Amino acid sequence: MAGTAVLRRLNWRLGTIREVVVETDRAATLHLDVDDWPGHLPGMHVDVRLTAEDGYQAERSYSIASAPDDRLLALTVERFDDGEVSPWMTEVAQAGDSFELRGPVGGYFVWDDADRAPVLLVGGGSGVVPLMSMARHRTRRSIPTRMRLLYSARSQDDILYRAELDKMAAAGDGFEVVYTFTRAPPPSWTGYHRRVDGQMLADVSFGERMNSPAFVCGPTPFVEAVAQSLVLLGHAPGRVKTERFGPTGGSS
Amino acid sequence: MSENQPPVSRGFLGRARDRSVAERLPPGQYLVHDFPVLSAGPTPHIPTERWDFRVLGVTGDTLGRWTWDQFRALPDETVTVDIHCVTKWSKLDMVWRGVSLDVLFDGIKLDAAYALVFSEGDYTTNVPVADLTGGKAWIATGYDGHDLEPEHGGPARMLVPHLYFWKSAKWVRGLQFLEHDEPGFWERLGYNNYGDPWREQRYSGD
Amino acid sequence: MTTYDQALDGNVLAGILRGVFSFEPTASMAMCAGCGTRVPVGAWMVFVNAPGMVARCGTCDRVQLRIVHNDKGSMWVDLSGIASIEIAP
Repeated sequence: MAGTAVLRRLNWRLGTIREVVVETDRAATLHLDVDDWPGHLPGMHVDVRLTAEDGYQAERSYSIASAPDDRLLALTVERFDDGEVSPWMTEVAQAGDSFELRGPVGGYFVWDDADRAPVLLVGGGSGVVPLMSMARHRTRRSIPTRMRLLYSARSQDDILYRAELDKMAAAGDGFEVVYTFTRAPPPSWTGYHRRVDGQMLADVSFGERMNSPAFVCGPTPFVEAVAQSLVLLGHAPGRVKTERFGPTGGSS
Repeated sequence: MSENQPPVSRGFLGRARDRSVAERLPPGQYLVHDFPVLSAGPTPHIPTERWDFRVLGVTGDTLGRWTWDQFRALPDETVTVDIHCVTKWSKLDMVWRGVSLDVLFDGIKLDAAYALVFSEGDYTTNVPVADLTGGKAWIATGYDGHDLEPEHGGPARMLVPHLYFWKSAKWVRGLQFLEHDEPGFWERLGYNNYGDPWREQRYSGD
Repeated sequence: MTTYDQALDGNVLAGILRGVFSFEPTASMAMCAGCGTRVPVGAWMVFVNAPGMVARCGTCDRVQLRIVHNDKGSMWVDLSGIASIEIAP
């Protein structure tokens, strides 16, 4: 299984796209069949390698969006205009295309479902992708552990998985999602309309913070600021796990 | 799946690799029109009041030291050069402003064969003294008509365009003369000791 | 004053380090040889836009690990900035 030590180098596997789902005007999810996929834990990622006709290669890391129990592996990619790999992933790639993947990797940024402490997820932009794997895993296995997602996005059009997140929250089984919009909130929005700050994190943190795991993912400056605030609010530093996506968030 | 032939991803082309000026590009390089930022660490922000440049002798003695004001009072020049990064991008006809090392070394006895250039932080790179003199190297403070920004090595960086650009140390603070060549930050980790782009000396053993 | 805004973190090294160690180390605790701070490998500050990959201590900036891939398929690894790594069962 993914968590155990394997005494050989991690090899590249072939992933074949079965479906491309457009999430927003900048993001798409690729649903893949991967040769000999060993399974993964929620929060892990893969390294992706594309090879051009002339042998040129580019590698990037992408978080896994799907739950471990899902049949196909899902990667949600946000397009960067100056990017080298993301334009291919979001605009060229289609069902039947393939590329190499290495993984799953990332044992640090993993939600352990045996941990019953309420878990806080904080995602900025495409940082929500690995957090979605955690939320989906909870839903698939009907795990009662309380889970709250604070999701920061520019506007409503930038939200990934909106319908699915709202459906999970409406189930009333211990999952909640709180949105904050940093640019244009939806019409008649009464919720948060600003960047994530200490006050907002205090509002969404669980009472028993010292024991509550927190997962923070998104652009590097976002992750730095949020992680610092969570520790100042009383979260145990060792329980605040971070995954930085770089200056602008998301791979290029 | 064959070890030697990875599967091609249909329609993937990678970054636009402009080869229109092929004869001006060293082997394996492609032309870029932007100016990529590469860095091995966080960008330092060095206030010019705190900046100095030192030339140290083989025993570590200070042979020359310039504060920012003293350095800016030295005659500088504008040069048009091509730069070649070991990560394969090249930028042609860049206009740089800087002080020639020949000006800096004026009055200093050059009896050592090697130099180790050092930057703010832990970055070092080694260059033979002969490659720093005779109009081949500058301490640069600006390009394309404006001051060098911190992310590109400002307030001052080395500029040694005839070698791969990792030798043009960003955030340069000085150099020490050495009797024996001593590999710097990347040279110790598999990069070529000298780094001539025209002989494609990227890695050790090239 | 320095800024880490351009940095990624040790998570991005997970796949590459599986080719160095016999286990995936991002959850392992590493001690900085410079300042003694212990953090999970996943929490290192990592710079990938360079002639190689450089991981630094978030407390003292000291290089923890460096990796260079050359064009012959070799990987050069410098681990000298790590005082120790705890490998849990």
